[in-house]
Amino acid sequence: MSTLAIDKAGPSRKVRYGSMSRDRTWALRWSYFFLVLFAIFFLTPPIYMLITSLKGSAEISAATNPWWVFHPTLSNYVELLTSNQFLRFFWNSSIISITVVIVTMLISVPAAFALARMKFWGSATLATGVFLTYLIPDSLLFIPLFKMLAVIQEFTGITLLNRWYVLVFIYPTLTVPFCTWIMIGYFASIPKELDEAAIIDGASWLQTLLRIFIPVALPGLIAATIFAFTVSWAQFLYPLVFTTSVDQLVLPVGITTTLIKGDVFNWGQIMTGALLGAAPPLIIYAFLMDYYIAGLTAGATKG
Amino acid sequence: MADVVVEQGRLARVASPHRKGANLRNVLGRKSTVAFFLTLPLILLIFLLVLYPAFYSLYLATLNKAMTKFVGLGNFTFLFKRETFWMVVKQSCIFAVTAVIFKALIGFIVAHFVHNIPGKKQRKWRGMLLVPWVIPPAMSTLAWLWLFDPSYSAFNYTLSFFGVGPIPWLGNTFWARFSIILVNVWYGAPFFLIMYLAALKSVPDQLYEAAAIDGANWWQRIWFITLPMMRNIIAITTLFSLIVTFANFDIVRILTSGGPLDTTHLFATWAFQVGIQSSDIPLGACVSLFMVPILAVAAIFILRDVSKRGNEA
Repeated sequence: MSTLAIDKAGPSRKVRYGSMSRDRTWALRWSYFFLVLFAIFFLTPPIYMLITSLKGSAEISAATNPWWVFHPTLSNYVELLTSNQFLRFFWNSSIISITVVIVTMLISVPAAFALARMKFWGSATLATGVFLTYLIPDSLLFIPLFKMLAVIQEFTGITLLNRWYVLVFIYPTLTVPFCTWIMIGYFASIPKELDEAAIIDGASWLQTLLRIFIPVALPGLIAATIFAFTVSWAQFLYPLVFTTSVDQLVLPVGITTTLIKGDVFNWGQIMTGALLGAAPPLIIYAFLMDYYIAGLTAGATKG
Repeated sequence: MADVVVEQGRLARVASPHRKGANLRNVLGRKSTVAFFLTLPLILLIFLLVLYPAFYSLYLATLNKAMTKFVGLGNFTFLFKRETFWMVVKQSCIFAVTAVIFKALIGFIVAHFVHNIPGKKQRKWRGMLLVPWVIPPAMSTLAWLWLFDPSYSAFNYTLSFFGVGPIPWLGNTFWARFSIILVNVWYGAPFFLIMYLAALKSVPDQLYEAAAIDGANWWQRIWFITLPMMRNIIAITTLFSLIVTFANFDIVRILTSGGPLDTTHLFATWAFQVGIQSSDIPLGACVSLFMVPILAVAAIFILRDVSKRGNEA
């Protein structure tokens, strides 16, 4: 009985192997087909940005095929990159994002170290609290923060509203919780023997952090840095609420408010500006994709 | 020299009550002090710039427009009587639920396709498909706004070859809602894709082999192996995306600013219009507070799943 079953299974297994590999090649072909479709869907807007940015205003308003550039020109780029206003936006965005990254790291790395390694009273609650803070969106806090800044400004006489530097204090509310959270995950994955050895050798807590934890968790640190940078570079709501003068604006707000004059849309310049504004995160992503993805997935898989 | 004296003085003070175990106690004392100082900036940030504003907004919501008088729940009852408010509630829910469902579906499907592709090419495809998530949403929404332009829409140009009449992408309520969801799905689906891809890779191959030997078809493999193995990731990603989508601001603000006739407003954009543009801060605070219950429910479930995941690992 059993031998019979095996005999039967023999040939049929062979057939199945053949059909499986044939299935697989077909699955692969279908996969490529659908991936191309989805890639078209996902890449249309950025490519259309590029196409439009290479057109002059005459070609944009002409009724020609919008998907093709007939008279490519760099005039939009030249115009924007020589306009003081646009460079000012770029400068504001850069200085804010870089400062926010530094502030975020200075706050979240030590805190993550303490939360991951030093069990103290309330450390578990604080770690959970950090995660919950990460879930509080900007659209819940912008009104009370606006009012808070107005009140502080009234009391102290320090101008806070309509100044770009106030964003340096506000953005960490978006970046610090997540960075702390993923750094806790990375630090917790470092074997305990490593820091115990350091402590036995007489290293202080600070030395343990600087000499052991930061070098070992460097990939996590890079992922957190990229996250902090992209979040502060892309932030739109806070600068829209807190800054209004043209010289205080950051890139996303600057492009949406100044390049649209009344009902006249200068689409060539808007697309060029948007593309230039999207460039820094895209360049970072192109070179550090793996860290970027590690940071993205760490939020839910670590900790 | 002075350092040593200070150190000894401190040691002596700490050690004086109980001589036994003084050393250990000293270490513990030092550890918690260090820990306190390391976490102090974080605690200050959370309390001053997140928790305080959150409660401050509760207080603001009870004031009148000039913020001179306490009106209790007056703002809330006022909102309940306004038709626009109920429209915003409805639109926010439609928007968030539909967008999250489509993001999750597209992410799941595309993740499978990418997963099918062998090794090195997979990286390239993954890199390409994640681009929408990398571009700052305010920038990419501008590109969509241009694609939806009433007179020069590149979509309408393409559709005209198929005999489909010009579509008022942002002009009427249905299409404006559709466009906003489309842009949000475009922006958010890559996030799901990456999460699901990571989850797919963590499912052991033996399970599929065993299922293939048992004669399971592809549907059974997905239903009985893939989905149960990815359950936790799907739950966390969906809930997380629900929060982010529900609180979305950029896309609606840039595409329609709430129009036509306030039919595409979400809580965030309406709160902005009421609170900042019409400078009725209490009413704006009140509107944005309505996001809290939904966010809280999602947050509780996320926390449960994340801690469950922590225990498994």
